[in-house]
Amino acid sequence: MDNAFGQPQRVIVLGGTSDIARAITKKLVDARAHTVILAGRDVARLDQAAAEAREFGATTVATTALDAEDPASATATVARAFEAAGGSVDLVIIAVGLLGDQTADEVSPEATLRMMSVNFTWPVVALTEIRNRLLAQGSGRILVISSVGAIRVRRTAYLYGGAKAGLDRLCDGLADSLEGSGVSLQILRPGAVRTRMTEGLPEVPFTTGPNEVAEYVMTGLGGQQRVIWSPPLLKYVYFILRHLPKALWRKIMER
Amino acid sequence: MTRRQLTGWGRTMASYAEVLSPNSEEAIARALEAGPAIARGLGRSYGDPAQLSGGVVLTNRDLGGIGPIASDGSVTVGAGVSIDELLTLAIPQGWFVPVTPGTRQVTFGGAIAADVHGKNHHRDGSIGDHVTSMRIVTPIGAFDTSPSEHAELFWATIGGMGLTGVITSLTLRLIKIETDRVLVDTTRFANLDGVMAAMVEGDDRYRYSVAWVDCMTKGASMGRGILTRGDHARASDVSDAALVAPKGARLTIPVDAPSGLLNPLSIRLFNEAWFRYAPRSRQGEEQSIGSFFHPLDGVNDWNRLYGRRGFVQYQFAVADAYGDVVVRAIERLSSSGVPSFLAVLKRFGPANHGPLSFPMAGWTLALDLPVGPATLPTVLDDLDEMVLAAQGRVYLAKDARLRPDVLRSMYPRLGDFLAVKQQYDPHHRLTSDLARRLNLGGN
Repeated sequence: MDNAFGQPQRVIVLGGTSDIARAITKKLVDARAHTVILAGRDVARLDQAAAEAREFGATTVATTALDAEDPASATATVARAFEAAGGSVDLVIIAVGLLGDQTADEVSPEATLRMMSVNFTWPVVALTEIRNRLLAQGSGRILVISSVGAIRVRRTAYLYGGAKAGLDRLCDGLADSLEGSGVSLQILRPGAVRTRMTEGLPEVPFTTGPNEVAEYVMTGLGGQQRVIWSPPLLKYVYFILRHLPKALWRKIMER
Repeated sequence: MTRRQLTGWGRTMASYAEVLSPNSEEAIARALEAGPAIARGLGRSYGDPAQLSGGVVLTNRDLGGIGPIASDGSVTVGAGVSIDELLTLAIPQGWFVPVTPGTRQVTFGGAIAADVHGKNHHRDGSIGDHVTSMRIVTPIGAFDTSPSEHAELFWATIGGMGLTGVITSLTLRLIKIETDRVLVDTTRFANLDGVMAAMVEGDDRYRYSVAWVDCMTKGASMGRGILTRGDHARASDVSDAALVAPKGARLTIPVDAPSGLLNPLSIRLFNEAWFRYAPRSRQGEEQSIGSFFHPLDGVNDWNRLYGRRGFVQYQFAVADAYGDVVVRAIERLSSSGVPSFLAVLKRFGPANHGPLSFPMAGWTLALDLPVGPATLPTVLDDLDEMVLAAQGRVYLAKDARLRPDVLRSMYPRLGDFLAVKQQYDPHHRLTSDLARRLNLGGN
């Protein structure tokens, strides 16, 4: 069960090998999580993340394979994770994502399909199964990792940003549909984060480390606001950026 | 059956359940057969013991009825009767409840499930010590219980947070009063040491004793406090002896306050005013039962002052030898900047036979803390460690965040409790959000 500070005990992390997911998992285990189910693609990294969770004090840790390029497999993956949890699940995190290589991807229909599958279709199919299972349980929370890039899609990452935009808006509606059900959904919108995904890219303003993101997540889970911004100031920055004239927006973003 | 959102008095951890109001043992038995279920009274416990997400919550308010009061004070009441309802009837006849918590708005079923204590614990023990018999519907049948009949079920139910069965009715013994007044001695102390020394030295002379302590002051005046002690006035003590039951609340908080209303500054100002308002020393002041025992009942829905995020209460008990834990706990709070309303400090008498009953001889400190400060979860985890190291415990009726393994160490007789629960609830039909959170059976 969750406690008064929104600290869950049984957690499923889909995309549990990402740096942000691992930082969040560590903090959750450090607080109250005793059961952690991690799903991911890279077996070696999955084992590392599992060992980390045990090291931080989780007593039940299990891993399961996840292939986000195959949205049809999402239902079975979610089902396996719920079974492994062995009881009512308090929090499901969707941290599946692929930044891709915009320049190469935008000319390739195959790469475009992959970007949409991983960043949008797989998460949405998974969300449907998660929603059904949590509603049957009568309680539980979902945290979906979106991106500030979803707020206004940049030319330099429009496949990633566009897919996240779809996911972000869809989750807003899904969260509304869950009002009063005992199940709730929060959207995390991090700015740039220093991770494997962004390694080698030039650092932009408001870049944080994964641990800072995890801190904001812990605070956000303790409250009821729909969107968790990381860092929180980006809420206001993006309010302005969103309303900039197109020419100015391009100028700022296409550096 | 209606689906409703439920929270405890702290208004955290909202969850949804089907809510039923059974009015017979058969109806309760049917609900327990379908399970999982938990009983609920007036929702005054602070955390999650009277809610069950995705399950069935059995409110006890249709289990009413107040029997005649015998000449020895014995009275049989339905478990859904509130202390307020009984007092309305009993005070005009010259009787008072043997134990009352800080609010009259609790049912007897709930009061027993939490084994509530009042300002007289150092003399008279908790509510469970005054119950002579209880009727309990368990998943394997209904039982008449008392300290001599199904005693293990009787005691496991006292402080058992509703996890052994649904109490339908009970008999307890009231105490005789001559007036509806309390004679109160008030003393103000500049620091915590003064308050504690006075309580050790003089509490035995009073039936009722409690101290309000300021957790927001540092340095020399850390833990300054106001000690109030008293007893029921005899008819000869007052000029106009009367027996009138307390009235309902005059004020209601109509909406949720903004979450930041109770912040370090506003709480510090409130505590300052509260401290200044109290007399340095006053003897034999006449107070009404309502203002002495239930000051917060004067305002309906006062928990809304904490805003949408709600608040947690943290209450612990430690033996006399560990009085320093009280000092260190207040130091930890006042240095961390976590705001806390006036804390309540009290001395406990001996524990009773309830394996999950909270009170134990020594000190108890209760703190109201608004949810919000990022450091609060860690500060409370630290307090758990201090309390555990002193072989103390925290109160489940207030809890909303304890670790299951810490609970196990704090309540050494938890194994006895779980054995009784297993015997009367072999298929884990009785559970609650609290029980799930703390692994007290059920899933």
